[in-house]
This record gives sequence, C-alpha cells and structure tokens, in this order.
Amino acid sequence: MMNLAFRDIKYNFGRFLLTTAGISLLLMVVMGMGGIYRGLIQEATLIIDRSGADIWVVQRNTKGPFAEVSKLPRQMEYRLEAIDGVDSAEPFVSHTVQRDFQKRVLRLTIQGLPDNGAWLPIIQGRALQNGHYEMLADKSAKLPVGTTLLLGKDTFTVVGITDRMNSPAGDAMVFVSLNDALTIQFDTPAEAIRNERNARLRRFDNSSYGSTSVDHGETLSSESARPAALPEQQISAVLLKVNPAYSVEEIMAKLKTLPDITAYTSQEQRQIMLSGFVARSRKQLLLFRTILITVSTVVMTLILYTLTLDKLHSIAMLKLIGAGNSVIIGMIMQQSLAIGVLAFGIARFFGQWVYPHFPRRVVLVSGDLWLLFGIVIGISILASVAGIIKAMRTNAGEVLS
Amino acid sequence: MKRIALTAENLCKTYGKDNTKVHALNDVSLTLHAGEIAALLGPSGAGKSTLLTSLGLIQQPDSGKIIIGDETVFDNGYKTNIRAFRRNHIGFVFQKANLLPFLSAVDNVRLAMEINDVSGKAAKERAEELLAKFDLSGRKNFMPKELSGGQQQRVAIARALANTPELLLADEPTAALDSVMGRKVMELLKQVAHEHNTGVLVVTHDHRAIDVFDRIWVMEDGRIKEK
Repeated sequence: MMNLAFRDIKYNFGRFLLTTAGISLLLMVVMGMGGIYRGLIQEATLIIDRSGADIWVVQRNTKGPFAEVSKLPRQMEYRLEAIDGVDSAEPFVSHTVQRDFQKRVLRLTIQGLPDNGAWLPIIQGRALQNGHYEMLADKSAKLPVGTTLLLGKDTFTVVGITDRMNSPAGDAMVFVSLNDALTIQFDTPAEAIRNERNARLRRFDNSSYGSTSVDHGETLSSESARPAALPEQQISAVLLKVNPAYSVEEIMAKLKTLPDITAYTSQEQRQIMLSGFVARSRKQLLLFRTILITVSTVVMTLILYTLTLDKLHSIAMLKLIGAGNSVIIGMIMQQSLAIGVLAFGIARFFGQWVYPHFPRRVVLVSGDLWLLFGIVIGISILASVAGIIKAMRTNAGEVLS
Repeated sequence: MKRIALTAENLCKTYGKDNTKVHALNDVSLTLHAGEIAALLGPSGAGKSTLLTSLGLIQQPDSGKIIIGDETVFDNGYKTNIRAFRRNHIGFVFQKANLLPFLSAVDNVRLAMEINDVSGKAAKERAEELLAKFDLSGRKNFMPKELSGGQQQRVAIARALANTPELLLADEPTAALDSVMGRKVMELLKQVAHEHNTGVLVVTHDHRAIDVFDRIWVMEDGRIKEK
C-alpha cells in the first residue's frame, strides 16, 4: 500500500523541513550537552591519564593537586626516588595565569615538563629544545608558533602547538620546562625583592655585629639569620612510577608511613576528580538535558498535534472510505518518527561543524549518541500519541462538516 | 426482476430531549433497486442528510432496519463491522470532492482500492481505467488543487466506484458546480447507475437536472412525503 506519511510529507515539504530543522536545533543542544559532559571528564582526567604515573604524592591531608591546593618542598622528589621500588619521581608543577593578550583575555594553565614534551600530541612545530624560554601551547590558546608572551619577567616563544590539551577547568595548557614553570609561579616583583633586601640591611645595621664580641648563639637566632620572608619554590605533587618488580600496593604501604605526605594511586586520583570536580557539572548538565528533552517532546507533540488537526478532514475521509485504524495511526506515527530521525541526523551532521567552536571541549561518544537516538525514537512515538488520540476520536461523518 | 440495492425499514432518529426533541427520521422506509438513480429532495432540516448518513452507516439510527444488497447491516443496532462494510459496499460523493490533497488524482482512486487489499498494480490499472472513463486520463497525475471543481468531482466519483459498490450515496454533488458542469455530473451518476448496476441515491436541491432521475423522493419533517 502507498505510504501516506511520505506523500503528506512530500506535499507539505517546506513545513516538514522547518519543523525538523527546529527540532534538530533542540537535539543539537541536547547532544552538545552530553558532549560537554564527556569533554569535562576527558579534560579532568587528561593529565592523570597522560602522565603515566602510578602514584601521585601530595601535601599531607589534601586531595591535590587538582581538586585542591597542594604544596610540597622542591626536594621531595629526591626523598621519594630513594624509596626502594620507585623507578622514577618527577615533580609536578601546574598553575593557571590570566593575561590580556592582543585585546583578548588569555587563560593558560602552565604545566612544568620534566622532559622536552616530545610525548605530547604536537600537531605543529617541535618539542622543547632549550632549557628555558620556550613553550608548547595548545591550539585552543590560539597562539601560533613564533608568538612571544611575557610570563613573569621572561619572554617565552611558542615553538610547538599541541592538540586537545586542556586543563580540568578547560583552560588551554602551555608546557614549559620545570624550572621555568617554577620561576613563573614564584616570580617575585623587583620592588618586593628590593624591600626585602633593605629590610635585611636594616636588621643587620641594628644588630650588634662587629661592635661586641660575637655571640654565635645569639647571631644564629637573630632576625637576619632567619630565612627570607619571600617564599621558597614549592611543587604541587610528585609523580611516581613503580618498578615492575613491585606492586603499587607495596609502595603505597611504604608511603603511608611518611608523616608529611599523602599518596594516591592514579585510579584514586581519577576518582577524586570525577566525584568532586566533575560530579556537580554532571548533575547540572543532566538536568539541562532532561529539561531540553522534555521541551523537545512537548514541541514535537504540539507540532504533531497541529499537523494532525490540519489533516482531520482527510482522516475523516480515510475512515469513510474504510481505512483501518492502523493506516491512520501508521501515517501519524511515521511522520513523527521521520521528524525525529531526520532531526537527529541533521543535529549529528551539523553538530560536527558547530561543536568545535564551543569554548569547552565537546566529545561525542557513540554509546551516548545511540542512547540519545533511542530517546528520540521514544519521544517521537510519545509525541504522536496526542495526534493519534485526536485522530481516533474523529468521526467519518466530519467529512460532511 | 431487478436486484434490490438498498432497503430501509421504519428508520427513526431523534435529536435532543423533551422540549428540544426533533424527529429527524420518522418511520422512513424506502427501497432502491440496482441500476437505479433516485433523488431525495426537500427543504433544509427535512432530514435528508440524516437519512443519507444513516444509510451510509456514518450515523446510527435509533431504530429500524437497513439492508444493503443481501446483508442486513442494521437492525436496531449494527450487525456488522461498519467500516469494513462501507469499504466494500458503499461509495460516497459529497458537495466538496474531499480528495486527499497530498495524493494525485490517480492515487486518490487507487488508495480506495489499496485499503481494500487490492494490489498496487491492479489498483493502479483500475484507477487509470476509471479516470479514462471520466475523461481524466490527461489529468491523472495532477494534484487536487490543480484540478477544476468539476474535474475534482469526477475524480471523487471514480474513487466512489473504485470498489464496485452496490450503493452510491451522493450529498449535493452539484452544489459547488455551475449549471453545465452540474448537469454533466448528474448524467455521469446516471451512467454509473446503469452501467455498473449500482443503486445511486442523490440528495439534491438542484431541480435543473431533475429529469435525470429514475425515482424522486421528497422529504419533509423527517418523513418521505411523496414518491
């Protein structure tokens, strides 16, 4: 039998296309929100996954270095490297800066590299070659190779571009040498240094040094003998790689005996990020998606109902010439499904051009897309129900009206 | 002896209650033979449309009996699946052609047969044959909005005949047409009655084509007054 739904769509193609385009925009937002959630997870766990570390050592009783601030002394890596079963210990330095650059606000997460960063996904340029003043920037920072940027007191040159390297907050990551990262983080203004130097001289002038016999005990405990007020360089965490001959649990047990640090396995670090940092965003996005899907269902229901109202005379005529309910239900439901499926296809197709322009990363996972497709089929069927009920209540005699 | 296409016995239909009660059909009986075309005349409110919709199984009478062909379809209640029965035994033509706007002329006719489980190819051939009979071969692929009122009405008649019904019911089929086209349609209906051996009952106000009919009934106050 001829397909009435298709014939009606063909006849009212403009209206069908507009309706479908409207629904597809809604679905594109729903799809995008799912993608943003996946992007959040990916960005939140990117460094944890890419670092290849087995254990993250952070400041005692903190859940750093991502979920909260963690500070460890610079020499901690040497202490930890000395533990039997630890293959390597690398300091982790990461902090965010915001600069005005070429009339735009530039937020960058500066990541210290213990090596030249050749393992990073470099899509243009090269890895670091010099120990200082070079940096790799993620493409989302929009800093082309050769761009120079003042960070701290030093000017850095972009030598390479990475792909999809964003911090858990979504900021573009830039990679510099470990020492440069520390220098940028603990950069002290010249005025502060001069003030501290003058303070030291004043303390020295006021002391009894040279005018009386030296009291070594007193000298050692005097103000001038104390460490400078300016902060010493600290790192955020130390990343340990465990010797294959040892288990992670063994090393974790040893680390638990150290009173000044807390250690997490990579899996635990991942969980800290997902349960804390991402969980709230996840709930928010889920709520938005639910609202949007509800709105899509309501809009589709209204559209389908209106389309059915427009066809009531034809439906009455179909009943009069003896068409079964299945013919009428099939026509309405097929149109609803056609709108839903086509709108999903349009959203999927155009989404791939639109999503890369979103400020946060949008990652479309096939499992999520299939789930959304199933939901679209569900809401298409649901949306046709009101129209079907109206059609079923239509009397063949209405042809005469 | 001619076969009987339609028999109605003591049909009654009342609208409203108490003081507002209206007897739209008041003990109406009639018989229409196969191959016969009959006119049902009468003033507005006489009950013509109620009778037509009752005979067409669109509206249920309160009491009485309707026999179409050999089958008793109503005897103080429906005795059959009315939608399936309509599909096989009754054709309708109305004041407006009521063609499905999203189907071409040939598909409008074809659909009536496909609904009745006639296969696509056979349905298409018969639809084209019917349209050719009504001089619409050149318009078979036109959409309804591309056809004139007379052409649309002829397509509607072709659709009504698609399943070779025993009974064709027409409600003011010429009301929207000019006198020339109106007469043509009436003559076409007569031709259908005679050639297809179908009983045709036409509700009309159009006295200009009154000579076309084999029988004329006049309704007034829910009764058939004159035969």
